[in-house]
Amino acid sequence: MGSLKLAAILLLLGSPVLVSAALAQSAPTYGLGRTPSAEEIRARDINIGSTGEELPPGRGTPKEGAKVFTLQGCVVCHGEEGVGGLGPALKSKTSQDLPIWKRERILPLRAPFATTVWDYIHRGMPLGREGTLTPDEVYALTAYLLYVNKVIPEDTVLDEKSLPKVKMPIGDGYARLPDWKPGTRRLEGYPY
Amino acid sequence: MGSTETPMGSKRTSRRELLKGGATLAGGLTLGVPVHAQTHDHASGSASGSENAYPMIPGNKEMIAYGERSHFVTSVRIPHPMGSKASPDEFGKVFHVASPLQDSVGNVTPSSLHYIATTRQSFIPDIDPKQHTLMIHGLVDRPLIFTMDDLKRFPSVSRLHFLECAGNRHTPRHKTVQESHGMTSCSEWTGVLLSTLLKECGLKSSATWFVAEGAEEVKGASSMPIAKAMDDCLIAYGQNGEPLRPQQGFPLRIVVPGFEGIFNTKFLRRLKVVDRYFMNYNDYGHLKEHEDEAALGFQIGPKSVITYPSGTQQLPGKGSYEISGLAWSGGGAIKTVEVSTDGGKKWNPAELKMTPQRMAHVRFAYQWNWDGNETELLSRCTDEIGQQQPTLEQIAKFFNKPVGDVPGLNNSVMPWKIAKDGKVTNGLA
Repeated sequence: MGSLKLAAILLLLGSPVLVSAALAQSAPTYGLGRTPSAEEIRARDINIGSTGEELPPGRGTPKEGAKVFTLQGCVVCHGEEGVGGLGPALKSKTSQDLPIWKRERILPLRAPFATTVWDYIHRGMPLGREGTLTPDEVYALTAYLLYVNKVIPEDTVLDEKSLPKVKMPIGDGYARLPDWKPGTRRLEGYPY
Repeated sequence: MGSTETPMGSKRTSRRELLKGGATLAGGLTLGVPVHAQTHDHASGSASGSENAYPMIPGNKEMIAYGERSHFVTSVRIPHPMGSKASPDEFGKVFHVASPLQDSVGNVTPSSLHYIATTRQSFIPDIDPKQHTLMIHGLVDRPLIFTMDDLKRFPSVSRLHFLECAGNRHTPRHKTVQESHGMTSCSEWTGVLLSTLLKECGLKSSATWFVAEGAEEVKGASSMPIAKAMDDCLIAYGQNGEPLRPQQGFPLRIVVPGFEGIFNTKFLRRLKVVDRYFMNYNDYGHLKEHEDEAALGFQIGPKSVITYPSGTQQLPGKGSYEISGLAWSGGGAIKTVEVSTDGGKKWNPAELKMTPQRMAHVRFAYQWNWDGNETELLSRCTDEIGQQQPTLEQIAKFFNKPVGDVPGLNNSVMPWKIAKDGKVTNGLA
C-alpha cells in the first residue's frame, strides 16, 4: 500500500521510470540486465513442480506409452518393458508389499510426485535427442512407466489435470529436509 | 633402495644417466611416487662448472601462448572407480574423474587437474559466451536476463572454495588417495555474489528455495535453500585467474560453498526462485528415509586426508618426512588439524600452511621422524563451528550400522599403513 502511495506521488511528478521501480518492493542497484518477455520465460522455464501448474496441455495412456517406448528407442537402453537393458532399469522387480525404502530407486516408483517423472523425461530423454518429445509422448511415457510399476491401472489417462493427482507409493514417507542455516552444524550430536 | 646423495657442486649429468632418469620418470613410476622421493643422479666430473648441465628446450609458439608443464611432470586425472562407467566412454561421454591428490602441493588444484563429475554421463556443451545468458525469474519483483558482459559489470569477488562430490567415499578397495579422496578439488573462483543478483531482481518475501539449472543435455537442476543463496553463493565465471574450464562449466557456474558437488550447477543458464523444494530429478535423488541421514545432505562435514605419504607410495627409508595433507569443511574454515603417527594413540597439532579460508582446502603438515617400524598415519580436523572429523567407528556407532555401510558423504578419518619396508597401503583394507 505504501509503495502504491509513493507511486501515485511519483506519477504526479511525471517520472514513469521511477514509478515502475517504486511499484516493486525494492529498487535495483546497478540497473544491469534486461527484462525477459513472458514468452522468453515460458520458453526457458522447463521446471514442472508438484502442483503441475506449469504442465502443457496434452494426454497419454499406458498403451500409447508402450508404443512410444519402442518407437522412440527407449527399449534400446532400458530393455523391453524397462528391464534388461544397459541403461537404468525402469521396472521394479520387488513386491508391492515391501516398504518403499526397501524397493529399488526407480524414478517412476520412488518419486514423491508423478510430475517429477514427467519433468525428467521431458528435459533429459531420450539420450542424444533430449527435449524433442512432444507433450503427448511425455504424458504417454509417464503413464506407461507408472503402469509397469503398478502405480496406476492400465486404463488411466494422464493429462495436465490428472498427472499431479497420481498418488505415488512413497506418499509423504520421506525425511523432512534440513532447515539449513549458515554457520550451524549439520546434525547435533553427530557424532559428538 | 635408499636415497642417493646429490653431491653439491656437481653440475654435469651424463647423457646416459639423463636418459635413465627420464625413462624412470616417464615409465610408470608416476602415480603414487612422490616427487620428493624420486632421486636424481648427477654424475660428478664437471670440468669447468659453467657449461650447461641440462638439455635446452627451444621455445615454440604454443609454449609462449599458453604454457605447458614440464614433460617430467606426468601426474594425471583418472576415471574414478565408483560405478562402472568409463570416462570417456565409447561415445565421448564423461562421468566421474578423480584428481591426483597424491602429487598435489599447496592449497589450490590446477584447473587442468580439477576433478570432474556429471549427473549422468555427459558431453560438454560447447558454449559461445557471447550467446550465453543467465535468466533469474520466479518469486522476484523483476525477472532479469544477464549476458556474460552484464555479469562482469557487477562488483566481483574472488574466493577459494573446495568442491567435493558426494560420492567421494573412501573404502577398503581403494589403493591410492586419488581413488579414495580424489573427487575433491579447490580453486579460486571469481564471479558475482548471488545475493547481489537476487537483490537486483528483488526477492519476494515468499521465496524460500531456488532452482539452479544447467545447459548440458540433461539440464540438471537442483533445489537449494534461499538462505544459502543470500549467504555466500557465487555466480562464477573465473577459475584460478582465467575463465572457467569447459569441464567446470564454462562460461558460468554456481559455486555453493561447502554443499555437495552436485549443487554447484555447471553451464548455468537459469535460476528460478520458488517457495518449496521443487522435487527435480536431482532433488528426488537426495531424499532420505530418516531425518538424521537427510540432515547430512547439503553441507559437507569436516574432512581431512594425508596425501603424502599415501597409498602405493614408498618411503625410501627411515628418517625425517613432512607428512602433508588437505583439510576442508562445508561448515566454515578449518580451525585445527591433528596428525597421529601411531595409529591414533597420540594426536599432534599439525601446521596449517595458509590462513584457512571458509569452505576451502587448507594444506596441513607435520614433520615426522620415521623409526622404520610398522605404523599407521591418521589425520583429523576441526572446523570453526566446532565440528570434529569422526572416525568410521564413531559414525557407525551413531547410526547403529556396520562400518561398511555408513550413510551420507563419508567424512571419516583415513588411515594409511606404513610397512617396515616403507610401503604405504590403505589402512582400511
